[in-house]
Amino acid sequence: MKAVLALLAAALFLASIATGPVGWPWRLGDEVGWAIVLDLRLPRALLGLLVGAALGLSGAVLQAWLRNPLAEPGVIGVSACASFAAVSAFYSGLAAAFVLALPLAGIAGAAAGIAALMSAVRAGAGTVSLLLMGVAINAIAAALISLVLALAPNPFAFQEIWLWLAGSIADRDLRHILVSAPFIVAGAGLVLMNRRWLDALSLGEDAARSLGVDTRRLGLWLTLAVGLMVGAATAVAGMVGFVGLVAPHLVRARVGFKPGATLVPSMLVGAILVLAADIAVRLLPTDYELQLGVFTSLVGAPFLVRVIRRAQASWLAT
Amino acid sequence: MTMLATHGLIRRRGARTVLDEIDVAFAKGRLSAVVGPNGAGKTTLLRLLAGLDSADGGEVLLDGHRVDRLSAAVRSRRIAFLPQSAAVYWPLLGRDLVALGRLPHGADLSRPLSPPDAAAIDRALARVGGASLATRRIDELSQGERARLGLARVLATEAEAILADEPVANLDPAYALEAMTLLKAEAARGVCVVVCLHDLGLTARFADHVALLAAGRLQASGPPAAVLHPTVIDPAYGVGFRTVTVDGIAQPIAWTYRG
Repeated sequence: MKAVLALLAAALFLASIATGPVGWPWRLGDEVGWAIVLDLRLPRALLGLLVGAALGLSGAVLQAWLRNPLAEPGVIGVSACASFAAVSAFYSGLAAAFVLALPLAGIAGAAAGIAALMSAVRAGAGTVSLLLMGVAINAIAAALISLVLALAPNPFAFQEIWLWLAGSIADRDLRHILVSAPFIVAGAGLVLMNRRWLDALSLGEDAARSLGVDTRRLGLWLTLAVGLMVGAATAVAGMVGFVGLVAPHLVRARVGFKPGATLVPSMLVGAILVLAADIAVRLLPTDYELQLGVFTSLVGAPFLVRVIRRAQASWLAT
Repeated sequence: MTMLATHGLIRRRGARTVLDEIDVAFAKGRLSAVVGPNGAGKTTLLRLLAGLDSADGGEVLLDGHRVDRLSAAVRSRRIAFLPQSAAVYWPLLGRDLVALGRLPHGADLSRPLSPPDAAAIDRALARVGGASLATRRIDELSQGERARLGLARVLATEAEAILADEPVANLDPAYALEAMTLLKAEAARGVCVVVCLHDLGLTARFADHVALLAAGRLQASGPPAAVLHPTVIDPAYGVGFRTVTVDGIAQPIAWTYRG
């Protein structure tokens, strides 16, 4: 299955490079054609791959770690925290002064969100307590973002933050890839190193510890890993929701529900979903290109409802 | 021969002393039962023996080495632990659930299993009579069948000590007898088996050694016939017991309430 998914991701990557308002770019001449492909389309396709992989893998990790099929960076407030931190870095001028400020702020915000969440999960890993904590974190982050918006110096800045929050990978350049890729790759590496222990957590924390898992250290590694991935992805692409939620659900049954085996396929499906959605927003006949995050939420939310209805299984109801 | 032993073991929770100066030893090759009323500290003792919690005083020794100083890798190979809630959070296949017992030996469920791991899983499944459950999803199984797989998961580790917290709670008599027979067979193979039990009838029948806890203190420790005598268990449980002898085994039955 991994090979099929990888091929599909590669095909969509090429399709993304081939898609754009001018169609076949070299018909405008060699120089312009190469400029369009290298400066506009290649960064966009690469970011789609990176951001999608980061979100898909983050969703799979959070669901395995929290033993909860509804855990997702967007739903539980991690993306919102990263967004708030990134927006703050953006408009405090920090991001302009220091190129790594934006991803680092995003990472710090995401890690803080996860840490707050874990304090609730320790008290009880039930879906209700997790989602309530997610609602609270989301609300706090949203309020803080509103505050930043209210303090925006002019209507243009206001609109700029607003559009950025809706999530997009259009008009990005090589710089965005350079500041996010190392963090996303490092986070993914950390997660895959700890894959075995996510399987053990299927039995709950006590049994996992008796099987040799150092749950405290695992928690620190995974907080850092998801923080790195979601923080860096959000810092360059804004909030792209539901990819992290949907991707693991699409692959879980095919890998026998083993949490560790869900990771790599979820990462590939995440990349496929974001690349496909980003192609779709370019092909849709709208006056202004629809924001990527708006599109993934519009498609993703009904999909979630359908998955839950179809599953109707006891493991969703706990 | 003593495998697991506690010396002056103390565990506090807030201002309350849950375990108070417990000195008890569990031998290999025997099935030891930890019994006592609710809140006596049975689960707390088992968690300390498993190295999941640390003591507030005293120590737990595994073959003379402090359990809390063993590395997680070593501890997980030597002591297998079956928690009371056998909850499994994903609808895994039976065989994958049992394979989790091989994690201490380096198994990775996302890759093909090594021949020794696969053999240990097959042995464990065979011992619990669960070969037919291997390819079924656990959310489609009965509670008894799931308990059987949980036990197989613990057996698959092939540890020197097995600690099980209420392994027969909520099980039908048939499954309860089956589970106790399996644990007894493990003890006969030389494993140190320690089980928390509520059912004193099963304890009298299957245990080689009984440790009685009440109010955080060890009230008695010895062979079942001695510990499960009404003069010993009456004050511990606050109940008047009578005994019925079946096949030469005295079965204590709670008879009169002494509130």
